Amino acid sequence: MTEIVVIARLVPDLVEELEIAPSGTALDLSWLRVIINEFDNHAIEQAIILKERSGATVTIISPEAEGVEDMLFTTAAKGADRLIKLTGIGEEKPTNLSLAQTLATMIKEMNPDLVLNGVQAHDDITGDLAPQLAQLLDMPYVGYISGVSLDGGKAKAYKEYPGGILAEMEINLPAVLGIQSSEEPPRYVAISKVRQMMNSTSIEEIQSSELETESGVVIKRMYLPEAAERAEMLEGDEKEVATKITSILQDLGLL
Amino acid sequence: MTQDIFLLIEHIQGQVSDISYIMTAAARKLAQKEGGSVIGILLGSGAEHLKDTLAVDKVIYCDHPALAEFTSDAYERTLVSLLTEYSPRAVLFGNTTLGADVSSSLSTNMEFPIVSSCIEVTESGSLISQICGGKIMVESQLADKTTLITVNPGGYKPEAGQSDSTPETIKFSPPDLENLKVKLSQYIEPDIGDVDISQEKVLVGIGRGIQREDNIELAEKLAELLGGEVCASRPVIDQGWLPTSRLVGKSGKTVKPNLYISLGISGATEHTEGVIDSKTIIAINSDPDAPIFDIAQYGIEVDLFDLIDPLLEQIESVKNESSG
Amino acid sequence: MAVNDIPQHPPFTAEFKESLFNIPEGEKIQTCLQCACCSGVCPFGFAMEIPPGRMIAWMRAGILDEMLESDSVWMCVSCYACTEVCPKGIPVTLALMTRAKEEALLAGNVPTELQSALEFSDQYSNPLGESSRKRADWAEELDFEIPIIRKVKRPVDVLWFVGDYASYHPRVKNVTKAFAILLNKLGIDFGILGSDEHSDGDSQRLAGERGLFEKLAEKNAKILSRCEFNEIITTDPHAYNAFKNEYPQLGFDFPVRHYTEFLVDHLDEITPLFKENGKAKVAFHDPCYLGRVNKIYEAPRQLIEAIPGVELVEMAHNKSTSLCCGGGGGGMWLDGFRWEKAEYRLSEWRIKEAVAVKADILAVSCPYEPPRFEDATKAIAGAKKMLVKDIVELIVDAIDI
Repeated sequence: MTEIVVIARLVPDLVEELEIAPSGTALDLSWLRVIINEFDNHAIEQAIILKERSGATVTIISPEAEGVEDMLFTTAAKGADRLIKLTGIGEEKPTNLSLAQTLATMIKEMNPDLVLNGVQAHDDITGDLAPQLAQLLDMPYVGYISGVSLDGGKAKAYKEYPGGILAEMEINLPAVLGIQSSEEPPRYVAISKVRQMMNSTSIEEIQSSELETESGVVIKRMYLPEAAERAEMLEGDEKEVATKITSILQDLGLL
Repeated sequence: MTQDIFLLIEHIQGQVSDISYIMTAAARKLAQKEGGSVIGILLGSGAEHLKDTLAVDKVIYCDHPALAEFTSDAYERTLVSLLTEYSPRAVLFGNTTLGADVSSSLSTNMEFPIVSSCIEVTESGSLISQICGGKIMVESQLADKTTLITVNPGGYKPEAGQSDSTPETIKFSPPDLENLKVKLSQYIEPDIGDVDISQEKVLVGIGRGIQREDNIELAEKLAELLGGEVCASRPVIDQGWLPTSRLVGKSGKTVKPNLYISLGISGATEHTEGVIDSKTIIAINSDPDAPIFDIAQYGIEVDLFDLIDPLLEQIESVKNESSG
Repeated sequence: MAVNDIPQHPPFTAEFKESLFNIPEGEKIQTCLQCACCSGVCPFGFAMEIPPGRMIAWMRAGILDEMLESDSVWMCVSCYACTEVCPKGIPVTLALMTRAKEEALLAGNVPTELQSALEFSDQYSNPLGESSRKRADWAEELDFEIPIIRKVKRPVDVLWFVGDYASYHPRVKNVTKAFAILLNKLGIDFGILGSDEHSDGDSQRLAGERGLFEKLAEKNAKILSRCEFNEIITTDPHAYNAFKNEYPQLGFDFPVRHYTEFLVDHLDEITPLFKENGKAKVAFHDPCYLGRVNKIYEAPRQLIEAIPGVELVEMAHNKSTSLCCGGGGGGMWLDGFRWEKAEYRLSEWRIKEAVAVKADILAVSCPYEPPRFEDATKAIAGAKKMLVKDIVELIVDAIDI
């Protein structure tokens, strides 16, 4: 049976306002709301699609965060087989390298054929997780994938390039792939199914090794973009604004 | 470790990507501070001429059939060997579908610290990165060893990294590139027949805020009135509402129209990097904090569905006046 | 390790049919006369491949798979017109249509736009995908303080459950602010839950997401059980319906009134405040969940008739025959889907009726309605000058604040 491992992370929800911690060099996590990393959600969907297509067991590993249990049970309702919460994540965001190290130790024992992860996470500042993990697992890595099939020890994956060009890549298994989008948009599962999973499935907890929060790169400060760079805001009711836009269009010689 | 600043020149199907020139401009700033040269790394097969337009001081060129087109495994093996030999101050990679495949794994392999999503190098040599969809800026410094940097487009114009004078070439012998674990089978071109948005003078861009497929006709109507076309950010493409040929931004197209009107696009860097060179950007979004307002000349904070009808009416009436 | 099987084919099976009989009065389905009144009265019946009457016929014939192939259930606006008209008293909306939606949703057959509204409801406790922290931001646009219960930490007489669209939608927020102004003017001792309020979940329930409804109800019940108040009032008939009829079934009992009932009790205090107000013909649109479902027909009319200069006129469909605005049963999140199927908007039908009785103003009392009907006035001949106003806006416009 094909073994697929997916790493799913929760990241700051950009619907909410973000704030900087008193230190001035990190996000204020106490006030942060987190949400599944959209690319990771696509990675989960891709794993489930592969399972539906040709059978596989799918393991989801997620670093602990507010709401991570709900997220894991949701993946189970979609069809994931094994749920693992990585505990021991401290107050500060660990570096991806140290996260990759602890994940690599766990994943080696699982002996997977395929490891999927979202290609990037928007809050990363010290590199991407998936290629770092691939390096530690001594597996090949290809990112920006939007479609995967498995065939006899190899993966055929479509990598996206600018301009809508796709590169069909042949990758020796086991491999790590960075998913950009799944073949179908992530599916919906009814909450009642998720709740059922809460009663019938369990989440394994695995303690991470000591995690680093500093990478050698010195973060001098984090800040919100300065307002001075912003657009000239057109004010007024809809009609007034429409008139203003129209006169800009006229100035540009478009009407 | 030398004080030189390296950058990985990106090319696909014989074309140097814009990001290579943008990185050249950023590397120049860093080299001025660190006191080294700007050196391009060019990996290819019979591709030495690709260096000609780059404003770098030197190019290290490595030729091998397995390097003809990018694959992560061949590139990584070559880069490990090359960086071990040269030990530069910093290496710049595009935060692109190409650069991001090798930069982070190299960082792990060689134990070089890495900084992501850099858009600018300041006068004092600090790196400015943009994360969280453009909502957070980070200022950082090179580590005390070779530092890898991934560069987002947006901070520099490609022209700033172009030059007519041909840089000197240093040849580098490839390492063993047998038994590669990743192979390129073929490129698949997008469906032709659709419009080429990179050539359009007027574009109406739509994002998640368009909400439903049938709302796209509103954007199409606006584009039609202005003699342009509709393009989109990724959420719209992922839903299958528009073909991939209409995707703007990372892994989509870079567009440079005279006018770009964005409807309901929040302005994550993945999208804005493809529109930043538009002459005029008018952004319409209901979120006053949307980062799209940082790159637009004009912004309107409004529910786009409240504005679109009066706007269409107004434009139509002006057009009728001028034609009648 | 047990392998978690992915259900491939969803179950419009014999078990589904049996399950319908477990719903209160669901066994009445067996008494169906096949008179087709339900399909005939259904505002989207013409666009359904399998309208409710045919669904029952097919189930009897054991044809269940075909029902699944069709997405007719997503045309249902849960307006209760079928339930109201059925001569055998079959609870068509609840026992058949809602259950069928639940089944389709369990099978993962969900239109995309509905999917995101449901995901937003789970993530942000509102279907609009707005920050839950900004739920009470509308209150900042007023020049007096709106008491948020967690902050004032005292019992209140009236707990105002604001609701989703009333909290976030730019047009509906005007109604919300008008209601706040009126409560303030009347000196009512009230408070709101602010960012602790969650979607009432009723429309999600009627869109087939019962699990989500229960989850949201539990969250609301938890926070409400920590507050001291005498009753809940709301401008949202869907929230009203949830508190009145659905939450008690989950064991959450809170006294609730729709704001029209509440204000009728305060008419003696409101009437002296009215000023000279001009003249206008006002047609009233009965919201499905105020009228047909909860039989409140008179309170809104009493309020309208109390406003000086107003002449109340009745449209062709009124009270128990009222037409749905198209927003019910998940309709707020299925406009694109339904337009594709039917190329028709129920809100436009309603505006045509308002034009026919020469109404200057269409009065409404549900937060789904102002944006839907305002849009429709732009599309219908003769309706360009028609105003769409919530009753509370009409009242506040007619008094000196």
